[in-house]
Amino acid sequence: MHPAYSVLIFTTSAGAGYGLLFWLVLVEASGRTSHTHWSFFFTLMLALALITIGLLSSTFHLGHPERAWRAFSQWRSSWLSREGVAALATYVPAGLLALLSLLKIDSGVVVLLDLLAAIGAVVTVWCTGMIYASLRTIRQWNMRLVPAIYLALSATSGALLLELMNAAYGITGGWEVWLTLACLQGAQGLKRIYFRRIDGEAGRYTAAMALGMGENGIRQIDPPHTRPNYVMREMGYEVGRRHAVRLRRWMHMYLFVVPTMWLALLVLSNLPPLLLLVPATIFAAVGLFVERWLFFAEAEHVSMLYYGKDRA
Amino acid sequence: MTCLPDSTDKKLGLVIDLDICVGCQACVTSCKEWNTGGYSAPLSDHDPYGADPSGAWLNRVHSYEVDNAHWSGTVHFPRSCLHCETPDCVTVCPTGASYKRAEDGIVLVNPDTCIGCKLCSWACPYGAREYDHDHGVMKKCTLCVDRIYNETIPEEDRIPACVRACPTGARAFGDLGDPDSAVSQSVAERDGFGLFEEFGYKPVNRYLPPRKGSDRAPTVATEEAPTNTGSAMEKLFAWADRALSR
Ligand code: SF4
Ligand code: SF4
Repeated sequence: MHPAYSVLIFTTSAGAGYGLLFWLVLVEASGRTSHTHWSFFFTLMLALALITIGLLSSTFHLGHPERAWRAFSQWRSSWLSREGVAALATYVPAGLLALLSLLKIDSGVVVLLDLLAAIGAVVTVWCTGMIYASLRTIRQWNMRLVPAIYLALSATSGALLLELMNAAYGITGGWEVWLTLACLQGAQGLKRIYFRRIDGEAGRYTAAMALGMGENGIRQIDPPHTRPNYVMREMGYEVGRRHAVRLRRWMHMYLFVVPTMWLALLVLSNLPPLLLLVPATIFAAVGLFVERWLFFAEAEHVSMLYYGKDRA
Repeated sequence: MTCLPDSTDKKLGLVIDLDICVGCQACVTSCKEWNTGGYSAPLSDHDPYGADPSGAWLNRVHSYEVDNAHWSGTVHFPRSCLHCETPDCVTVCPTGASYKRAEDGIVLVNPDTCIGCKLCSWACPYGAREYDHDHGVMKKCTLCVDRIYNETIPEEDRIPACVRACPTGARAFGDLGDPDSAVSQSVAERDGFGLFEEFGYKPVNRYLPPRKGSDRAPTVATEEAPTNTGSAMEKLFAWADRALSR
């Protein structure tokens, strides 16, 4: 599948934003937050900014962005629509929390709003994963593991951002660093299982099934065009095997290994936290982008069976 | 509404005869011609006469070489939307622009509400939907919904443009939900099949397989060997034949 940059930015940026929102409000709801009204407010604003940038970026690949509001209507059948509804709904508790912290109001309702915002974040990211996981046409996406990975990576990037914001406000020594380390290990484990699974199966659909003209000995001699068409450019995008292997290595390195090392150093040394967390976050962001790019580029679509592919 | 109808009154669709399609692309061009001129906006092309032409087409013809127990030879293979009974291309649509009609089963995109998110094209295993980059919406075969019910055109034209154009009669249009229709009959007679049934979208269109060589070889009555009468005339001709072929 063709990796459209607007979608890569959307899923990574909004994913990190929802992750940050999730951990921020959970920590507050647990009553263990060291945040002040202001630091809470600005951290929340960062989360909402990432979410909003992501959502706006996702409209850039639409043919008619001005009609995007229509996408809220089909939540009964469409995961994309459900995602839109969940994203919009999450703004309500998150926005109210921002308002309350701005006005420095501490009331019981804050905990309720915290929980609602956390649920909204999980549901939205889950829906994003399900958009892909529900497509039976693409075996690398059509797995239960996919929404789990979206959630895990959103939690990981969010935890790292929370750790970074904490450090920026001089909040140190919290348990958030352990949380981040746990997320990193968990997400890496899921990604390893994912790669093993997609490498291990050959694809259950064949050209013979697609064409219905017997097994074997089928060769496309004339494609229906002189140059690649929309279907081939969108669905037939492929990354070379050797290239993919190298990118997977980079992804593991940047997204998991390097941030884990910096965080370990943070626990073990007395170096200033920001000095360690800024590069850790930058590496993780690059790694996350590579991860999302590969998620698309390694996905094979069954329609390519009509264009000379044997299996998908 | 992107939920699928429980059932449709009719199952309008195409029957394509792979045995007689010659791959002339007449259906492809007449589809483009009709659909670029009438319904909605033109089907846009980019760089049509240049080095890298591309554009939105609703019907395409592949050519395959097949060599197996089933068939041996070239097969020209027209491929367009099969107006499936349970397709995810409809249910994934977030706007309701993609829908299946309860009255005749035609799967359509409303160009006035489609946001051009392309998700439906990802959900189609047949690669039957093509995005129109100029119009910013998804395009697909409409089964010429603007012809088949159109009372302002002559009756013989009230069939899809591709069917009307096919010079070999390899395409037929009708109600595949009605077992007595001509299309259903030809499917029954020729063991017509649905494309990629394993995938499970229940396509409506049917394909008639190429006839096997053994099905086709004409049975010719063996000719009686002429009996030799031994007449003088016959001998003369035999001598002339030998003499001339020396
Ligand atoms: S052929 Fe593709 S576009 Fe047409 S109904 Fe089936 S899934 Fe949808
Ligand atoms: S491209 Fe248009 S018709 Fe297709 S899913 Fe998106 S909004 Fe629906």
